[in-house]
Parts: sequence; C-alpha cells; structure tokens
Amino acid sequence: MSDVPGELKYTKSHEWVRINEDGTLTIGITDHAQDLLGDMVYIEPPEAGRNVAAGDDCAVVESVKAASDVYSPIAGEIVESNESLADSPEVVNKDPYGDGWLFKLKPSDAGAVNDLLDAAAYTAFVESEEH
Amino acid sequence: MGNMTPLYQQHVAMGAKVVDFGGWDMPLHYGSQIEEHHQVRRDAGMFDVSHMTVVDIKGARVRDYLRHLLANNVDRLKEPGKALYSCMLNADGGVIDDLIVYFMEDGWFRMVVNAATHDKDMAWLNEQAGAFDVQLEERTDLAMIAVQGPNARERIHQAIPAGAERAGALAPFFAAMVDGLFIARTGYTGEDGYELMVPNDQVEGLWMRLAELGVKPIGLGARDTLRLEAGMSLYGSDMDETTTPLESGLAWTVAWEPEDRDFIGRAALNRQRQAGVARKLVGLVLEDKGVLRNHQKVIVDGLEDGEITSGSFSPTLGHAIALARVPAGIGATCQVELRGKLVTARVVKPPFVRHGKICV
Repeated sequence: MSDVPGELKYTKSHEWVRINEDGTLTIGITDHAQDLLGDMVYIEPPEAGRNVAAGDDCAVVESVKAASDVYSPIAGEIVESNESLADSPEVVNKDPYGDGWLFKLKPSDAGAVNDLLDAAAYTAFVESEEH
Repeated sequence: MGNMTPLYQQHVAMGAKVVDFGGWDMPLHYGSQIEEHHQVRRDAGMFDVSHMTVVDIKGARVRDYLRHLLANNVDRLKEPGKALYSCMLNADGGVIDDLIVYFMEDGWFRMVVNAATHDKDMAWLNEQAGAFDVQLEERTDLAMIAVQGPNARERIHQAIPAGAERAGALAPFFAAMVDGLFIARTGYTGEDGYELMVPNDQVEGLWMRLAELGVKPIGLGARDTLRLEAGMSLYGSDMDETTTPLESGLAWTVAWEPEDRDFIGRAALNRQRQAGVARKLVGLVLEDKGVLRNHQKVIVDGLEDGEITSGSFSPTLGHAIALARVPAGIGATCQVELRGKLVTARVVKPPFVRHGKICV
C-alpha cells in the first residue's frame, strides 16, 4: 500500500494538497500516482502568476510509461512553481510529498480546500479503483 | 494469474512490480526502470526470459526444413553452436515471428521464438514440418536467463567456474553446452553478455549466485528501452504479419542467395523488391522535451504520413527516441504529432547506442 500522509488533502485525480501557514496551498501528485506512472522523465510545472479554475490542467508529469496531466484541485493563482524538477524529475518518485511538490497556489476561496478528500477517503478511493 | 516462470518467487522477493506479458506474470521493474537500464549499460544486469519458447528441431532433413521455413539461410551455420537471427514469413512476406536458431549438431537445431506468439508459431512450425519428417520438441524443462552488460561475462565466469574457460572462448553469436548448461553469447541489449538455458530446477540457484556477485535483476521495462537504444526490433510493435522485413529495417536478414532456395514468402518479397519498397523503418531522435510513443503520427513534407512503431525515453541519450515506419523518401527531419502539438525530430539510422556509446 502506498503512503497517504494524514495531514494532507487529496483529489480523485491523485493530487495532494498541503495547507501552509500563510494560507497558500502546496500541491503535488500522490505516492500512488507516482508508483502507477513509474520513473519520471519530464515535469512541466505551471508558470507563476497564472490564474486557474478548479479542475484546470496546469502541469504535466511524463514518465517512461505515459504523460499525465495534473489538475488544479481548487481555483486560485499560481504563486510558485518547483523549477528544480526540470533537472531532477526523479525527485517526484523519491519524495512525492516533500521535494517533489509541483506548485503553490493562493486559493480564491480559503474554504474550498475543505471540500477535498481527507486521507481516509482517498485511501478508500484508491482501494476501490484497484478492485 | 498468468503463467509463472521458475523465478517468479525470486522476482516477488526482490520487489518486482509484476505485469502480464503475453499471458505470463513478469517483472516490469524492481523499483526503477531507468536505474536498471543504466545498470546494464554500465555494469551487469540479469533478465528472466524463461517465458520465451525454446524448440528443439531434429531429423535427417532438418536443414532443408529450415531452409524452406526461414528468410535467412541456415546454410550460414556450418560450425556447431553458431546462431542466426531470422524472420519466419507467411506466403505474403508478412512476418509471423522473429527468432534465433542455433545449430547444435548434425540433425539438430534449437530455435527461440517469442512468448506472445507461442501458439501461432507452434502451429506454423508443425504445419510446415510434415513434408520434411522433422520432430519438434518444446523444451519447457528449460528456464532461460540473459546476463548483459560490460561486466556480464566476467560475472558468469565467476558464477560457473567449471564452464568459465569454454564460455570465455565463445565468439559473438556462438553457443556451447557447458557443464550441462546451454550458454550463448547473444542478447537483446546492445551490450556484450550471455543468454543461458538452464534446467528449471537449477535456475534459482544460478540467479541467486549472480545476485550475490552483484548482478542486479532487470525488468521488462528496461529490457524494452535497452533493445530500442540498440535499434533491435520488437515483434508486434516494429513488424508483424502486415509488414515485410524489407519495410521493417530487416532486409539484412533476408538471404537472397542462392536464388534457387525457395523459402516461404520469397515470391512476395521479390515482387515488393522489384516494385520498389515504399516504406522503411528509421530511427527518430527528439532533442526537445516530450516522449515519443508508439502509434504517434509522423508527418513527412510532401509524402504520406508515417507512424512510430516503438517510442520511449532513452535513458542513455537523456531524451526521446523512436523507431518509425515512414515513406522511403523521407529527408533529414520530420514532424511528430505529440499530445496535440507538432515537434521536429531528427531522422537517424539505428542503432542509437552500442556497447555503452551513443552513435547518433
């Protein structure tokens, strides 16, 4: 079973969301997603300053196996992008919840994050997809 | 559950991600496909290829049978142990399978065909056998492992000290029975190494000895990127029954001489050759970001579209490469439709990598 940290929020498209102290959100792909995709070879994070709606595709992670869109879990403005992944995409495999983060978002509605899945609900969702 | 090789429990114990491959439960990787790829290019890796079909063919007229069956000519095999790569064609010149055949001794050849094509291959081999009175025996009692990489042969010599001298004396594309094992200096990676056929009940011991010597297990994922970098064809992707060797980069495997050798598919290949072969298989290199993938459309100025037959990220080059079937008149570049965008790729002659060195 893949790692699903209890303090994060999740989406059914396998992004995770961390709520930072300054109200911004850090977003990446889950351990389960990186395991399914295999070794990453290219990461295209979004450009800072871009406004996105919930569900917009805003990043691409491409592995030896497939290219996959990453969707913004909620609406807001991209405030920072993890540029270091351009030279070291494998960090998304090795540390998906840490140095493998993809972008930071300033949400339009601070409460929107509460509508996302918690760790238990995401774990149940992953298990339901596998069976 | 699919078929399992005698090494299945070892794969699971070594952390393999197991996938279905042609009805077999096989390791895709043991953690990182890219690290496994580099392991073979830089040191030594071992592959379980026990799913492949080994067939012994015996009879007084076995040579005549193979002269008829194969597009390459087994008369090139004069010394016992010598191996030959060939396609097996249907009457239209389409490729039923590609294979390696070893000359064991007078009246005995050994053939290795693909796992995914097992049933149709065996049916075809049997159908053609009748007129030549040859006996076919599937060697399901043998497991097969490939050990490949610049240090692979040395590791095998350490693992099988009694056979080291004879194995060490093998020239490329030669095999020998050594100490009850069949050892061939062949492979599917573009590196030096051996392929070994081992009785099922001995293969686990050999696998574990090799692991103790530092040889890492390599999954099918890296097997595919290694063979692609080496410019080696994959049956079902780069050629199949709808394509001939002449349009699959395999014209070099068709033995036209002597002219009176009547192999299956010869007439169709002759017609195609005389009419002019309209398509060919080329290598593509994408220096920009993005990964070339199977079935992407290749756009060639003023000519018909082509298609990528095998595309992937090349760990050695650090960007994407592919084999593609394209119009024969293609120039130095083409465009590939990649996720809704057109990107420019360079057209090259495979291989991309040989013996660890980039050659495009």
